[in-house]
Amino acid sequence: MNVDVEQLSCQELVELVTDYLEGALLEADRARFEAHIARCDACKIYLAQMRETIELVGHLSTDSVSPEAERALLDAFRGWLSA
Amino acid sequence: MSSEEQLLDALRAGDEGAFAALVREYHPSLVRVARIYVSTQAAAEEVAQETWLGVLNGLPRFEGRSSLKTWIFRILSNIAKTRAVRDGRTLPFSALQDPGRVPESAVDADRFLDPEHPRWPGHWALKPEPWPEDALLSAETRERLAEAIEALPATQRAVISLRDIEGWSSDEVRNALDLSETNQRVLLHRARSKVRAALESYLDQA
Repeated sequence: MNVDVEQLSCQELVELVTDYLEGALLEADRARFEAHIARCDACKIYLAQMRETIELVGHLSTDSVSPEAERALLDAFRGWLSA
Repeated sequence: MSSEEQLLDALRAGDEGAFAALVREYHPSLVRVARIYVSTQAAAEEVAQETWLGVLNGLPRFEGRSSLKTWIFRILSNIAKTRAVRDGRTLPFSALQDPGRVPESAVDADRFLDPEHPRWPGHWALKPEPWPEDALLSAETRERLAEAIEALPATQRAVISLRDIEGWSSDEVRNALDLSETNQRVLLHRARSKVRAALESYLDQA
């Protein structure tokens, strides 16, 4: 395919990264995106950084319930049962 | 019988362990979503607690037309909206309904050459550099990452937390937050882009 990299600037590409990763780009836009990435090292690095960011965020631990909140809720559950 | 039906049966039969497990699974996300509507962490915690009472009271009538998760988050958003109105807080809704109204760039415009540049319009002026693998895995990087997420506006924080930390699908997030497909993506894009930028500025200094 002969797609000109100039069709999509780097500044435009960074705004399409989430749409690309979410599979939300139209076929023609996806082709332009991939053609740009194939020829532009800086955008290749940018895309890799976005993927690394998502991966790292995914490893953050989820918040947990405070013991006080859990106790209060279990009390509420018992109250509900006996009501 | 599906696992959800089993869970519902257990709850209706008064199985405290089943309720405790449900609370552990969803309570932190409930608080995070509530934070979109109310202005303090304490108020969000109250809204989440109140949601569980709503869940318990609604259980006998819950017919499973939506998933349990969707139903719980719908109860939350009703309670949170009522609370927000009572507290005189109406602004945040527009951030959910129309996040695209105020434009935001994923990367600072000054990182790029001018869009009118004769030879390289909109190309990187200051290119991103590959990140060192070992620094990425450090405890301090994780800390910066968590800080960057905390610093996000509540709507963006809720979306990135549910999608990327809790691992929800985009449909689940749309249902829980009552967002259009596009708005869910706009919020996710902004959140991820800001977290990337925060990570970049930390790693460049490191």
